[in-house]
Amino acid sequence: MLKTFPKGGIHPPENKLTSSKNIKRLAVPKMVNVPIAQHIGIPAEIIVEVKEKVKIGQVIAKSGGFVSSNIHSPVAGTVTKLDKIIDTSAYKKQCIVIRTDVKDESNFEEKEYPLKQEIELSSKEILQRINEFGIVGLGGATFPSHVKLNVKEGVKIDCLLINGVECEPYLTADHRLMLEKSEEIIVGIEILMKALNINKAIIGIENNKKDAIDLFKKATKNNSKIQVAALQVKYPQGGEKQLVKALLKREVPKNGLPLDVGVIVHNVGTIFAIYEAVQYDKPLIERVVTVTGKKIENASNFWVKIGTPISDLIAEVGGMPEGTRKIVNGGPMMGKAIKNTDVPVTKGTSGILVIAEDEASRGEPKNCIRCGECVYVCPMGLEPHLLMNLSEKGLFERASNEDIMTCIECGSCSYVCPSDRPLLDYIRFGKNIVKKLQTSKN
Amino acid sequence: MSQPIIISASPHVHSERTSKKIMYDVVIALIPAFLVSLYVFGINAFIVTAVAVISCLAFEYLIQKYLLKTEITIGDGSALITGILLAFNLPSGLPIWMIIVGSLVAIGIAKLSFGGLGFNIFNPALVGRVFLLVSFPVQMTMWPTAVENNLSMADGVTGATTLGMIKEGLMFGETMTEIATKIPSTIDLFLGITGGSIGEMSAIALLIGGIYLLVRKVISWHIPVTMLVTMAVITGIFWVINPEQYANPLIHILSGGALLGAFFMATDLVTSPMTKKGMVIFAVGIGVITVVIRLFGAYPEGVSFAILIMNAFVPLINTYFKPRRFGANIKSKIV
Repeated sequence: MLKTFPKGGIHPPENKLTSSKNIKRLAVPKMVNVPIAQHIGIPAEIIVEVKEKVKIGQVIAKSGGFVSSNIHSPVAGTVTKLDKIIDTSAYKKQCIVIRTDVKDESNFEEKEYPLKQEIELSSKEILQRINEFGIVGLGGATFPSHVKLNVKEGVKIDCLLINGVECEPYLTADHRLMLEKSEEIIVGIEILMKALNINKAIIGIENNKKDAIDLFKKATKNNSKIQVAALQVKYPQGGEKQLVKALLKREVPKNGLPLDVGVIVHNVGTIFAIYEAVQYDKPLIERVVTVTGKKIENASNFWVKIGTPISDLIAEVGGMPEGTRKIVNGGPMMGKAIKNTDVPVTKGTSGILVIAEDEASRGEPKNCIRCGECVYVCPMGLEPHLLMNLSEKGLFERASNEDIMTCIECGSCSYVCPSDRPLLDYIRFGKNIVKKLQTSKN
Repeated sequence: MSQPIIISASPHVHSERTSKKIMYDVVIALIPAFLVSLYVFGINAFIVTAVAVISCLAFEYLIQKYLLKTEITIGDGSALITGILLAFNLPSGLPIWMIIVGSLVAIGIAKLSFGGLGFNIFNPALVGRVFLLVSFPVQMTMWPTAVENNLSMADGVTGATTLGMIKEGLMFGETMTEIATKIPSTIDLFLGITGGSIGEMSAIALLIGGIYLLVRKVISWHIPVTMLVTMAVITGIFWVINPEQYANPLIHILSGGALLGAFFMATDLVTSPMTKKGMVIFAVGIGVITVVIRLFGAYPEGVSFAILIMNAFVPLINTYFKPRRFGANIKSKIV
């Protein structure tokens, strides 16, 4: 039996259209829009001025606090504007606009980064480097990695989990990265094990990526510290708490973190970024993005500079297909619908999904038939129908007592609801109010 | 791009399963039992079912259109199911006007006055049935007998149901050995060559329908299996203690409304609990109440009452038997 988490979960159609497509390097964009809030936490502080020349990889916005992250220039060029533009959150956010200097060769150098296995830096230096080079969780949550790795005195970590699950339908960025950069990822894991001073790491990969599982099994055959675990295909297995449960049978306490059970979880993409930062002093200025959709002509995976407008990516795959009704930044389960393709790729952009008319619209909500499907599929053991009802009626205190805040917003409830009820929409609304009520109380 | 881009919150994909598909799956699952009823009761079974279905749909339409002035939902399949299930719980010779009254009670009172689909506390078809049973006890217990290989039921030939015969026999001091010579054989009960409500006789047909619902994941095993096992265990204990005074568990499960109730009535999504734990409690309750009524009550059969009584407990069960929250009562290892 393959491992998986025991409670809830769904099996949406996988639609991994691009799993056999090599990661191509997208041409350097003429202009990049780099938002200063690409991570969870405090936005970074801009340290460049308009008309200032910047080098590739230069810090252009400094970490604004502990839970924050540095932001580096993805290109060599000139800062043309410090402006508010709409980013993937659909809000206007402060951005640094940089015009690429087409004469600067550093923009077009195809640098070779041969595999570098010896880890020279000390544990402290590694953590410092991760902090300085703007590494955040690339699985989608964009939580600053150095915060996750900042293990306080008295906290005992015994295992590092590597999230290679990629349970979102359509997305293949992590899958491709695992296939193409397996050796580097293994070094990245060793770097983190050294930084955390632990001897155990497990890579969790869902069984629909057998090639990646085999590859890692082979590569770690003589490595007693790193294990590879094949997981059953089930959404949302990439959720931290679900993954910890699936791989180690440990349950993260309610309102707790994996740290509470001695575990740290990192996405494979993050591990690769850490490898590059530690071994080659390379800041996080690009990432792998899957550009996909059933009607997309040349759906594929790309190395994309942060700040590249999504329109560049769409043009690269053959243009916007006729009848497109929805553009999603991320996967279909948790991604955000965006208004137009001027929005830039950020550190959290794992994919761009283009959806046509037939799948874009939701059904008209009908009466709840109390079938209980939402309750069965909720991986957090919540009662989505009840939480929706309470949020709709404004009973936020009760919603809070029914653990609304522990919802991970995976969307399994809305996915299965046979009456097309907007369960997660109301739960999000309820969560927002509860959060506000809680902060105003404190 | 001809049409505007849609902005909506995630998830952006949805399962293909709809309430309507679930409802029509239930209708499909009821077909085998309906076919057996046509074989046993002939045209009368068709008439009763047709009248019940048409009047249920008509009442839903009329009430929604003229009284409530709300959206008309007769296409969602739920009123259709209520009609079929109501008919399945009626004797095949019931006067047509009574069927119409039963449909009005089911749809008008039990369903729409509570707020329509999803808001009713009690199973509408059973409310209709029990209303008729209490109001017209004579007509509701006149069971045209099944005459083997006789498709056209001879008018006026009526008899008791298996459970009725047992109850009556025991009341007159007969032993089960004596009663056994009068009631249909276990094989006949299994196939449905017996007297009773239209849809309740054939165990095999109901099982086929029930398995279809299980395979299609419209229902889970928790309610039917728990209910039937509870009934079997309790009746089994009495039977072992005194086989001359109590019918064996197999007779209890195969006769009366046990199978129809277990697979089609107790499992009604709207009026059953939402967690598996809750379903088990609910089904145990139905099993116990059914057996108590059958063995010690005035009525020979108690499935309808048992389900309705437990329906009333569903909100309570949902409040007290919640799914276990992820990470509840787990302590952090951090000191």
